[in-house]
Amino acid sequence: MFDVLSVLDDSRFDEFRRIRRELDESFDATPFARSIRSVASGTYPPVNVGSTPDELDVYVFAAGVDPKSLDISVQQNVLSISGERKPIHEEGAKYYRHERFDGAFRRVVTLPDDADPEQVDATYRDGVLRIAIKRRESARPRRIEVK
Amino acid sequence: MTEKKDVSKQEKKSEIPKTGESRKAAEGERAIRPPVDIFEDESGITVQADMPGVSKDRLQIQIEGDNLSFTGNVDIQVSEGMDALYADIRSTAYRRSFSLSRELDAEHCEAQLNNGVLTLRIPRRKEHKPRKIEVQAS
Repeated sequence: MFDVLSVLDDSRFDEFRRIRRELDESFDATPFARSIRSVASGTYPPVNVGSTPDELDVYVFAAGVDPKSLDISVQQNVLSISGERKPIHEEGAKYYRHERFDGAFRRVVTLPDDADPEQVDATYRDGVLRIAIKRRESARPRRIEVK
Repeated sequence: MTEKKDVSKQEKKSEIPKTGESRKAAEGERAIRPPVDIFEDESGITVQADMPGVSKDRLQIQIEGDNLSFTGNVDIQVSEGMDALYADIRSTAYRRSFSLSRELDAEHCEAQLNNGVLTLRIPRRKEHKPRKIEVQAS
């Protein structure tokens, strides 16, 4: 008797589970486990990481930040970017929407092992911080001649 | 050699927007809805939107009747042959729109783009500036 009930319950929850799984998948479309340092989607500032055989490029979409307030550091293979976006509060203004991020932020990116912390270059343009980290020579693909 | 294209488009190379087609691209793909601050003071309304990666020539602001919309395309220099390892930003276009109300003077709307932040200032029409009404004691 309880078996029957549990079967019914299960099938009903299965449907919820299926919907939840589909939602999770569509928002977080990766078959891989998330990094321990990953953040919830929508966290300021968004980050993209690209890779080429020679270097790694980290793009931090930090609009409206004073580049002088940015603090970038690489320790072993962990890159951290922190800074602050100063809120602009106009005297006597009434807010209807306040969706933009205010205050201090920090993002941490784990880089592949061959990233060279000695060769890092950062530029800020149009609200995007680009950090280029060279890969170590020894790790780059080498063409081996057949004699 | 480097060429200009967007990092987030590495998985969908066919959708790389070209200069001059920014508006078309912004309408075609699923655009990012940029976060905005909107506040009002006595002389008008200010809209601020985060659109990192958008340069002045890739930004479009349109006012059609009561409708205000702004679109922008991300323009980022990406090395050739780059693979995306991780991407929070998966679109190259931003788009958002609002409807205005009649007391706002859209003709005199001013826009500024600074470090990826768009600031739109829409003044109130002169005849609509708040008038304090005194209550007469009888």
